[in-house]
This record gives sequence, C-alpha cells and structure tokens, in this order.
Amino acid sequence: RKIIFEKQWFYLDNAIGHIYGTTFEVTSGGNLQPKQEVEETPTDTKEAGTDNRNIVDDGRSQRLTHDDIKALKDKGIKGQEIVQQLIENSTTFRDKTEFAQDKYIKKKKKKYEAVITIVKPSTRILSTMYYAREPGKINHLRYDTLAQMLTLGNIRAGNKTIVMETCAGLVLGAVMERMGGYGSIIQLYPGGGPVRAATSCFGFPKLFFDNLHEFPLSKVESLLSGTFSTETLPSEPEDNILVEEESNGLATEKQTSLQEPEEESAAEAAMENNQPEEQDSMDMSAEDAEFKENKEKEIKENVREKHRKQWERRKKLIETAALLGEKNADGLIVASKFHPTPVLLPLLEFVAPSRPFVVYCQYKEPLLDCYTKLRERGGVVNLKLSETWLRNYQVLPDRSHPKLTMSGGGGYLLSGTTVVLEKSKSDCSNSEALKMEEPSSKRCKVQDFHC
Amino acid sequence: MSFVEYGDTIKDGDTAIVFLGHESMFPVKVQHGTVTQTKYGVIRHSTDLIGKKYGSKVTCSKGGWVFILHPTPELWTMNLPHRTQILYSTDISIITMMLELKPGSIVCESGTGSGSLSHALIRTVAPTGHLYTVEFHQQRAEKAREEFREHGVEHLVTVTNQDVCKNGFGVSSIADAVFLDIPSPWEAIGHAKSALKTEGGRICSFSPCIEQVQRTCLAMEEYGFTEINTLEILLRVYNVKTVSLQIPDLGKAAEDNSSIGFDSSNPSKQGSPCANLQQGTVQFKSGVPLREMVGHTGYLTFATKS
Repeated sequence: RKIIFEKQWFYLDNAIGHIYGTTFEVTSGGNLQPKQEVEETPTDTKEAGTDNRNIVDDGRSQRLTHDDIKALKDKGIKGQEIVQQLIENSTTFRDKTEFAQDKYIKKKKKKYEAVITIVKPSTRILSTMYYAREPGKINHLRYDTLAQMLTLGNIRAGNKTIVMETCAGLVLGAVMERMGGYGSIIQLYPGGGPVRAATSCFGFPKLFFDNLHEFPLSKVESLLSGTFSTETLPSEPEDNILVEEESNGLATEKQTSLQEPEEESAAEAAMENNQPEEQDSMDMSAEDAEFKENKEKEIKENVREKHRKQWERRKKLIETAALLGEKNADGLIVASKFHPTPVLLPLLEFVAPSRPFVVYCQYKEPLLDCYTKLRERGGVVNLKLSETWLRNYQVLPDRSHPKLTMSGGGGYLLSGTTVVLEKSKSDCSNSEALKMEEPSSKRCKVQDFHC
Repeated sequence: MSFVEYGDTIKDGDTAIVFLGHESMFPVKVQHGTVTQTKYGVIRHSTDLIGKKYGSKVTCSKGGWVFILHPTPELWTMNLPHRTQILYSTDISIITMMLELKPGSIVCESGTGSGSLSHALIRTVAPTGHLYTVEFHQQRAEKAREEFREHGVEHLVTVTNQDVCKNGFGVSSIADAVFLDIPSPWEAIGHAKSALKTEGGRICSFSPCIEQVQRTCLAMEEYGFTEINTLEILLRVYNVKTVSLQIPDLGKAAEDNSSIGFDSSNPSKQGSPCANLQQGTVQFKSGVPLREMVGHTGYLTFATKS
C-alpha cells in the first residue's frame, strides 16, 4: 500500500519485522531500507572562518544550478552525496564559521536525505503530532496542557472516569492509556456518536474497549431529572452521517492511504530531521476503512440484523445510564468546543465527593464564567484557573539558547475538587462557602468569622 | 484509602487532607483517640473523621469547619513534609507523559528526595508496574520507605540506599523509563542506559542549571541516546476577579459617558454580577495573574534509548 508523507511516497512492507525506533531511508522505488548508523563524515577540510566580515550575499556562492541539482536527484544519487556536492560547490563554505558550517550541513541534510523513523504510538507522540498537524481538530489543546489534565484529574488504573471531549478522541485515548484497561470510562458525546479517530491511532488492545462506555450528551438532562428512557435514541442514520463526515474530512486532508491491519493499525512514521515536533502518523485514516466497511455491511444487513443491533445499543445505553446514575464517578475530564459552563455543571452531579475535575478551554473568558458559576453552586473546593507555558531549548556546545519560536497558547484549565454539596442550600451556607473561598485578601475576615 | 485506590469513607490509619480554605491545607494521619488542632478549633478523629465520607464538611469545636479530602499524589505534593527541594505537579505532569508512563511501566528514579514525584509515578504505573528508587541519603531513604508503607503503596516500590552515580539503580535491563534528579546526572547516564530494557526506553533528567543540561546532553549523545530534547514548563495561575475601572470625566453630560463606556465592553453578556453598573465605572471579570509566579524550576531533558 502506498503512503505519502512529507512529499515522499513509499511502501511500508519492508518495515515489518523491525523493532520500533528503526530508521529507514526512502529509496527511489518507494521502498524502505533500514538505515545503518552512519559514520558522520566530517568535512575533511577542517578549515573554517572566524566571522562573516568578508562574506557577501551575491547569490552566486553556490556554483551548482537548479538544473544541476535536479539532474543529480533524477539520477537517483544518494542524498548524502548531493549534500557533499553542494558543500564542495559552495564558495563561501570554507569561510563560514564552524557553527555556520554545521548549520548549513544540517539544513541540506534535512532537504536531501529522506530518512524516516517508525515509532510506537503513545500519548506523547500523538498529542505532539496533533498539535503540530491538526490543532483545529483538538481545540488547540497543547500536549503539555493535556499532560496537566491527566495529572490534575488523577487519572489512573481502576478509576471510573467521565470524559466529554471533542478532540477527535485524543483526550479519550490519553485517558485510556493511563488507565491501562483497568476501571471504566464513560464518554459523553454530542451528536450521533463519539468521534474516536485519534483513539484508534493508539492501537489499544480490544480488552481496553470492554469497559469503555458511551452516552449521548443530549440525554444528560433527562437522566438527571429521572425522565430518561431509551425510546428516543439518536438514530442509526444520523450516526453514519457524522462518521462519514469525519472520515471524508480526514481522507481528503491527509491524502494518506490505508494500512494493513496486521501492521499494528497504529504504526507511526516520523521524519527524523531533528524536529520531533514534526512527527506524524500515517494512519490517521486507518479507521476510515473500518467505518466504510461497517457502512457497507450495514447496507447489506437485513432488517432483523438491524433490529438486533439497535436492541444491543439500547441495552448498552441502559447499562451506561445505570453507571452514571450511581453518581460515584472518580473524576471528570472536559475538553470540548462547547461553552464549558453548561457542560460542567450538570456533569459534576455524576461525580463522587472528594474527586478531581478538569475543564479545558481554548479561551480564558468562558472559564472565568464557569469559575463564578461553580462558586455559586458550591460543592467544589481548590478551584484553580491556570495555563502552562512551554519553552523548548537548543542545547549544543557553546550554542545553547531557547528555541526561536514558541507556541503562543495551548489553552487554559480550570480544575478543582468536589466536596459534599450542602443539602440545605440556604443562603447563609452559600455565602459562607463563598467567603471561605475568597482570595487571600479576605482571609483575615474569614478567620474573624470563624473564631 | 490508599494512594492508588479511592475509598469512600475515612478509616483508622488513613492519611487525609484537611482543607481549611483557599490553598490552606495540611495532611493528617487518622488515628483513634487523636485530636488535631486547627485555627477553627479541634478535630477529634474518632468522632469527627472515622466513618465519615471523604469530601465531607467537618465542624470543629469553635464552630468553624473544614473539608476532609481523599489523598492524591497532587494534594500530597502540596502538603508533604519537605526533606529536600521537591518537584511540583506541573513538572511531574510533563515528565509522566514524556516518559510515556502507564500502568505496568517499570521506572527507575534517583534521588527519592521527599517522594513528591515518587507518589505520582507509583500512581501512574500501578497496579502492575514498579518503581525502583535510589536515594544515597540513608535517613531520607528510611523516611521514604516509612511513608510508602503508611500510604499503602509499598508493594509497588523498592527504595535502595546507594549512590546512583557509582552503583547505579541496582537493576538492569528491566526499566521502561529512568528519571534523574541529582546534581550530576551526566555521571549516571551510563547506569541509566543499563537499567533500561534492551529494546529501549525513555529517560528524563531534571536540572536547574543550563551547564548541567549541557553536560547531560553530551553524555546522552555519547551513550547513543536519540531524540534528545530539552524543555522548560511554567505554570501561570490566575485569580478570578471582578475589576471596576473608573470612567474619566471628559466634561460630557453624565448620562452620555456612562452609556458609551458600557456598550463597548459588554460585560453583562457574560451573565456575571458585573451587570450592576455604578455611575462612572465599568466592571468586568478578569483572570489576573498572581503578583509573583515561579519563574524557573528546572530544565527537563528527555531522550530515547532505542
């Protein structure tokens, strides 16, 4: 199967049987060849200038023309040799400082030496990749922010976690990875069905899905008010439309073809160009196949089969409703495109006391509102509105400094801990609770009040 | 209670977090017959705590009240007795994710220090993983062992009292990840490599100074680690406040200037109390950064062994 990545196309067949982390070179035929540890051939001439006072940018320092380079490429000459040629034909190379030479070589290598490393999928890889490639699909949730969510939410094996996300299933996948198949997850979804495009990239074993439940967001109110029934299920066709949209979008944007299921449906290819941020997976659309197959099957299926499925779905839904109805979840994670307040307030009802919750929002203002509303409601302590900044560094002998560019924003988090909500919601206790939570400036007052 | 499992009710021997209000909390060891003093009065463990639900409001002797919270590694980090400088949850989060830790992972750590990171690591790798932590200070190693026992996680951790730079982690070829928080991490990179599984793994080193990072990176390269990446993460916390700004008197008629000022900054749309407008001021809700924030904890250097 042909795969396109970073303007290269290749077949993955040769990659099977190698361990993760193996680096491959792309040959002209699109085959992958394991790359051996190359002895860095340092430019034989250890000649180097000390500064650039005599280097003039006249645009003629490179003696090879565009056509020459193209000819070299067409001949299928190894990238390494092209780089060497470029160096030899650069008149200014010798006058450059040692550091500038280094930089020059690196830049050319990046362009001409196509090497690919295949790595195992993980939250680290996938969240970094999504943030770099498809930030819009995950509401600009930066990977360090996701990391905070998992920690603040105390996500671990054995929990009963509620997740409401519209991040292509990335947050769900991250939670699943941290829970390792222990405990249960209830995913609340808007529309006709949960989106799990990113989740499938993790290549989780089937077992992990046994305790993954889903529940439509549109049923939450009825569940809370006790009028919940399964009669008005989100219907099947709706489901398909949504799924189709998602898969079509992915397919056209990524232009990737599908992967063999035997290849660990979530193998990952990454350009090894000293920029781990640019890693990308090839199988964004791996699940499209499944969906399309499912769809075709569904069409062929007879009515009885459909009924049986619907019945099964209904049974599952009732089970999930029962799980939620226990109102003893161990945590709540929200990361969606919706306004956080109307999502958070009702969902907190399902969470046991003394459990953490985390809400992500790309913008700060809705979380300010959410913060105020939570204070009014009560039943929460330890509220914190935060943001993280991430700075990457270049560390090289005598050339260490922060990287030139950094991400402008990775979203905001509102986190806290649930406590037992006062039964008598009298004004007195409410204002008391409010006072207790006032910022430090008011703390002395609270003390007076208590003593 | 346990640090790796939620419990509903408070039991004898539990470690619980007493929440007094606005970032003011402390841990207590719940014991029959014991009392704890707070600024709101006395808490009697036998009657006030044992048997109650976690997250309950407990009324103290002076009529004040506190909340009792279930311990988590994050709450513990904020409340533990410091024996050394500790890592805070912001750094811990990114370390956990970048080391790709999950249930079942085998992790090596040095030094143990005050056990702030250790608790978070144990939480993540439980119930099938294990933490091998090395601390060269005998007293600290002892204290850490005692805490792990009290917190019901001793089966998930092995504390070794030796010098990691000289003697390594005491294990070889079993770790999925290694974490170093020691003054000279470059001297332990070799040991880290041999502790990691033969098929590979991840490593992280935490250092406050860039010179340490420099030497560590060189050592990592020398030992064949790839994907070497150094980063720094900063936490910004915001206070949510309603701010009111005065409208200057430009000599216009009073009705005019109030209406103009408010329409432009539509605060009422947020449905917040800012709607109650006073003459000559504009109110709005703002996330105000704290006056002072942590500017630097340390550089985190990650790498892969493959």
